[in-house]
Amino acid sequence: MPKFMLIMRNTDESLKRMMETPFEEMLDKVGRFNEEMITAGILLAAEGLDDPSQGVVVDYEGETPLVTDGPYGETKELFGGFYLVQVASKDEAVEWARRMPTIPGAKCEIRRVPGIDEFPQDNEWVIRERAWRERTGQL
Amino acid sequence: MAGATGPAASPPPAIPGGDASPDGDADPECVAPPSGDADPAGVAPPGGDARPHGDARPDGDSPHDDGRAESARRAVEAVWRIDSARIVGALARFTRDFALAEDVAQEAVTEALVAWAHGGVPRDPAGWLLTTARRRAIDSFRRRAALDERYARLARDLAEGKASSGARIPPAMSAESMPATSTSAAATFPAERGSSDGELPWDPDRVDDDVLALMFVACHPVLAPQARVALTLRVVGGLTSEEIARAFLVSTSTIQARITRAKKTIAAAGVPFALPPAEDRPARLGAVLSVLYVIFTEGSTATCGDDLLRADLAFEAIRLLRMLTALLPGEPEVQGLLALCELTAARFPARTGPDGEAVLLADQDRRRWDRAAIHRGLAALDRSSGAGRGLGPYGLQAAIAACHARAPSVAATDWEHVVLLYEALGRIAPSPVVELNRAVAVAMASGPLPALTIVDALAAGGKLDGSHLLPSVRGELLARLGRTTQARAELELAARRCGNGRERAVLLRKAARLTDGKAGPLTDGEQTDGRSLDRGHD
Repeated sequence: MPKFMLIMRNTDESLKRMMETPFEEMLDKVGRFNEEMITAGILLAAEGLDDPSQGVVVDYEGETPLVTDGPYGETKELFGGFYLVQVASKDEAVEWARRMPTIPGAKCEIRRVPGIDEFPQDNEWVIRERAWRERTGQL
Repeated sequence: MAGATGPAASPPPAIPGGDASPDGDADPECVAPPSGDADPAGVAPPGGDARPHGDARPDGDSPHDDGRAESARRAVEAVWRIDSARIVGALARFTRDFALAEDVAQEAVTEALVAWAHGGVPRDPAGWLLTTARRRAIDSFRRRAALDERYARLARDLAEGKASSGARIPPAMSAESMPATSTSAAATFPAERGSSDGELPWDPDRVDDDVLALMFVACHPVLAPQARVALTLRVVGGLTSEEIARAFLVSTSTIQARITRAKKTIAAAGVPFALPPAEDRPARLGAVLSVLYVIFTEGSTATCGDDLLRADLAFEAIRLLRMLTALLPGEPEVQGLLALCELTAARFPARTGPDGEAVLLADQDRRRWDRAAIHRGLAALDRSSGAGRGLGPYGLQAAIAACHARAPSVAATDWEHVVLLYEALGRIAPSPVVELNRAVAVAMASGPLPALTIVDALAAGGKLDGSHLLPSVRGELLARLGRTTQARAELELAARRCGNGRERAVLLRKAARLTDGKAGPLTDGEQTDGRSLDRGHD
C-alpha cells in the first residue's frame, strides 16, 4: 500500500481566520477528522507546526547561508503541518483531503512518499537508513 | 510507533487547509489521462435520460469528456472505499432490507459516475450517495406501494424523514422536492448541499452499530463461505466487483453472481438487519472473524499469480480488522486476529526471493521484516491478553507469531514457549495441522526423535492423508536423524502431493540434496512462514 503525505499550506489570510476560530471549536473539528482517519486504519503520522513568525529561514543564495527570523518568503504559502496516510490509491488520499475541516484560503498538497525499497539497496547510506528505519519501526 | 492504530493524542495539525477549489473544479491531480483500463460501459449514463446540463455525454468522443468520466470514476471508487459500510449500513437501517440497501447503493454509485462527470464531485460525496440511494429506495417502495399498504407507509415515513435512522434530512433533500426519476435531480443537487462542514450524513450515535450489523449480516451463517467473503469485501470493504474478481482470480461476473445470490439468500432466510442477540453473539462474531481470516490467508498465500494484488487483499483484511477493533475494542479474539495478521504481514517483505520463489521462515532475512507492523501486532496481542479472558485460538496463533517476531534468528527462538503455545492451541482448537506444527516446534526445542513420535501418531490417525504437509515434515525429521533413504522417499511423496509449483520445487531440491549424500540438517526450521503449516484450526 502506497504512502501519501497530505501537506497543509496556509496563507496569511487563512492563518488569520484560523486564529479567529475559537480554539475549542477548532480542536473539536480537527479531532473528529483525525479520529475518522484513525478508525479507518489509514493514519500513520500527523504533526502540526507552530506559528510561522516564530520560525527561522536559512537562505543558501549567497556564499554563506543567510539566517533570518520569521516566515519564509511572501507568506503566500506557509507549510502548516502534515498527515502521513497509507491508502490504496492517490484518489483515496485526495478524498481524505477533501474531507478536512476547511479554512478558506488554505490548500492541501498531496504527494506520494517513496519507500526505502525504491532506492538502490546496495548503497551504504541506504543500508544504514534502512537499519535506522527498522530499529525505529518506520519501514 | 506511528502505527495506523497509533495514539489519538498526536497534536492536531495546525489547522488543515482544506479544499479551496469550488465544487466541481477539476483538481489537476485528479484528471490524469485515462489509464487505458477505463471501462466506457461502466461510465455510460443509464438510459437516455434528460439532464439539465444538456452538454456532451461522458461517453462522447472528446478526450475532455473521457477525462471527466475517468476522474469521476476514480472519485466514486475512493468515496465508496471509505464510506460503503456506513452508507449501506444506514440504508439497511432505514429500509430494513439489506438486499434493497445494497441495490440502491449500487444504483447511486452508477448515477454518481454520470452526475459527477458533469457537475464535479459534490462537497459531501458520501451524503450525495446516501441521499440518492435513499431516493431510489423511496422509488422502490412507491412502486411496491401499489401492491401493499405497508410499503406506502414506509415510503411516506422515509419521505418525511421519520425513518428509524435518525439521520438528518435537510429540507432540500426530502423526496417530495425531488422528481421521482432522480438522475436529473442528482445532477443539480451538489450545489444545494452546503451543510457539510465536517458533519456526517449519518447519525453518529448509530453509525457504529450499523456498520457492525452490516458485518454480521455479510458474514451470516446462512451464506456459503465464498459468498460471505465477496459480500464483506464489497459492502464493508468497499471494493468493486472487478477488484474482488482480480484478487480471487475469477471473473467479474462470477463475483456479481455470488453477491446477487447472497442477497437473495439473506432475503429468503429473513435475516434481520440488526446486531445478533446476546446468546448468538460469540458464534456470530466467530463467523465474522473467520471470514476476515480467510480473506487474509487468501491474500497471504500468494506465491503465484499477481503477488502485489494479493498482498493488497491481505491488507484489506487488516484494514477491516482495524475497523472491527475500533467497534469492539474489548473482544480479545478480534484483537488476537488483528495481531496475528499484523505479525504475519510483517514478514511479507522477506517472504519471497528475487525470482518470486518462497523463502522459508528459517531462511528469511529478518532485517526485512516490517518493524512497524510487528509493533502494531504486539500491541494488539497485549490488548488481547489484557482483556483477562485468556487467549483464544487467534490470540494463541498470534502469540506464536510473536515468538518468531521477537527472535533475532531461528536458533535464538524460544521454541519451548512455542511448544507450550501449540499445546494450548491444540487443547482449545484441536486439529491435525496444529499437531503437526507442534511436532515441528518440538523438533526445534528437543530434537527430531520426540517430534517423529508425534508425526507417526498423526500418520497412523490418517487425518492428513493426501496432504503434502505430513510427509514433508516427516522427511525433514528423518533426514535429521540420518535416515536418508526414508527421508528422500517422504520428501518425494510430499512433492507429488504438493499443488503449489514453487513449494514443490523446494521439496524436490531438498530430496535431491539428500541424493548427493549431504545428509544432516537441511534447514533449521521447516515452517513455511505460516502459510501452510500454520494454517491452523479453522
